[in-house]
Amino acid sequence: MASYSTNDFRSGLKVMLDGDPCAVLDNEYVKPGKGQAFNRVKLRNLKTGRVWERTFKSGESLEAADVMDIDMEYLYTDGEFWHFMLTDGSFEQHAADEKAVGETIKWLKEQDIYTVTLYNGEPLNVSPPNFVELEVTETDPGLKGNTAEGGSKPATLTTGAVVKVPLFVNIGDKLKVDTRTGEYVSRA
Amino acid sequence: MEQTMVENTWQASASWEGLQQRAKTLSEIRQFFADRNVLEVDTPVLMRGATTDLYLDSISAEVDVMGQRETLYFQTSPEFALKRLLATHRKSIYQIAKAFRNGEAGSRHNPEFTMLEWYRPGFTLQQLMDEVAALVGPLLSVEAVSFHSYRTLFQQYLGLDPFTSSLEQLRQCCKQQTGCDMDRESLESCLDLLMSHAIEPSLGQGELTFVYDFPAGQAALSKVAEVDGVLVAKRFELYVSGAEIANGYDELLDADEQQQRFESDNVKRAVYGKPELPWDRKLVAALAAGLPACCGVALGIERLLMVRYGYKNIADVLAFPYDRS
Repeated sequence: MASYSTNDFRSGLKVMLDGDPCAVLDNEYVKPGKGQAFNRVKLRNLKTGRVWERTFKSGESLEAADVMDIDMEYLYTDGEFWHFMLTDGSFEQHAADEKAVGETIKWLKEQDIYTVTLYNGEPLNVSPPNFVELEVTETDPGLKGNTAEGGSKPATLTTGAVVKVPLFVNIGDKLKVDTRTGEYVSRA
Repeated sequence: MEQTMVENTWQASASWEGLQQRAKTLSEIRQFFADRNVLEVDTPVLMRGATTDLYLDSISAEVDVMGQRETLYFQTSPEFALKRLLATHRKSIYQIAKAFRNGEAGSRHNPEFTMLEWYRPGFTLQQLMDEVAALVGPLLSVEAVSFHSYRTLFQQYLGLDPFTSSLEQLRQCCKQQTGCDMDRESLESCLDLLMSHAIEPSLGQGELTFVYDFPAGQAALSKVAEVDGVLVAKRFELYVSGAEIANGYDELLDADEQQQRFESDNVKRAVYGKPELPWDRKLVAALAAGLPACCGVALGIERLLMVRYGYKNIADVLAFPYDRS
């Protein structure tokens, strides 16, 4: 497996640290006066999602992590695993467990495309696109005429996600939602 | 690819306001020294002697004059030339100089930067610290000044004594404070790491923080003296807003000692697999002829500008940083 020196640490680079795959978030060169140079590095542990701040001697290297981000189509869940399929025509399937799916579970819609992070060939994480379109299954009846301003109300979507929506939204409406904030954007 | 790179990087990184702030600050500095009768001088950036410090890397140039080809070195600071000038004329001088350090690039570093360096014959370190405060305080609108010994800072922030702790204790403290594995590193490197990562970020908050009496191993070109039973380097550093911006010495005057330090630097370089460098024989000759007792200080202009105007990146105060040069 390749290794990367602190000079190569760029945002997004995947490396192994303490046995876990991590993504480099930030790399700051620090040099005390006339002393040895260091790199203060922020990394996200891809297994736990936690952000680590570590210092390395400049020039020190870390092993590359066998991590790949791949677009996959969500197929179905059997209750224990969530099944995804490669979109490259190979029909290769991968099963992600609850930990890998994590928060993304509330945005999962069959036949939509998600980014699946594979670590040693196994799904480590599933991230949704920035925007998803989902149908409303439950909300108070819409108010006619109130299309622009006014209050908001909760609406439950097909995936079980609950978002705050304007009062005019009805059951059966398709909504565009920002998955990064969990906020309603518009009617789709 | 190459073409888009050029298209995106021809422009200056600093705003017009940033360039005006830079010009204003330099003119205020020149006025400060004019008022105090310190003469502005100019020395070469290309010199035959190189800096031998283990962790300072010079940039070299092949120079060909009348068929005579030789390697010259871009100055990592104007120190050697200024001291030779001082040994010649024995008067207070300053220079606003370009300095060059290979490999140093980051939000506070650029391989080419501007250094203000000045020398005061007859000054004590305390007098020089006071003068630095008189210059920097008004520029940064900071009135409060505090002075701490290196030792008391380590005791206060880390609960350990930098002069008497074992190497093992320091390495453990490094691991605990920063996660950095220093198990094969020297005592000096451990101290550097702790100072820069665990102490420096807290210094100079709303005040000018001067730190003095460094471990003798960090003497560089300063005198060494015994204080409270330990050997200390007679030098200081100034910290503001968590950044080091100036570094002052009670200058070493002893030519033999200076030569010995250069030679031992080269031995260390060899141990670390770095090329040995031609040390500055003219500086040693100047010391032998007699450098007046003096204190000198170097101040990073870009760092000062970043603190003064609240910039987070050195590119905001440079017209063209390294990636746009």
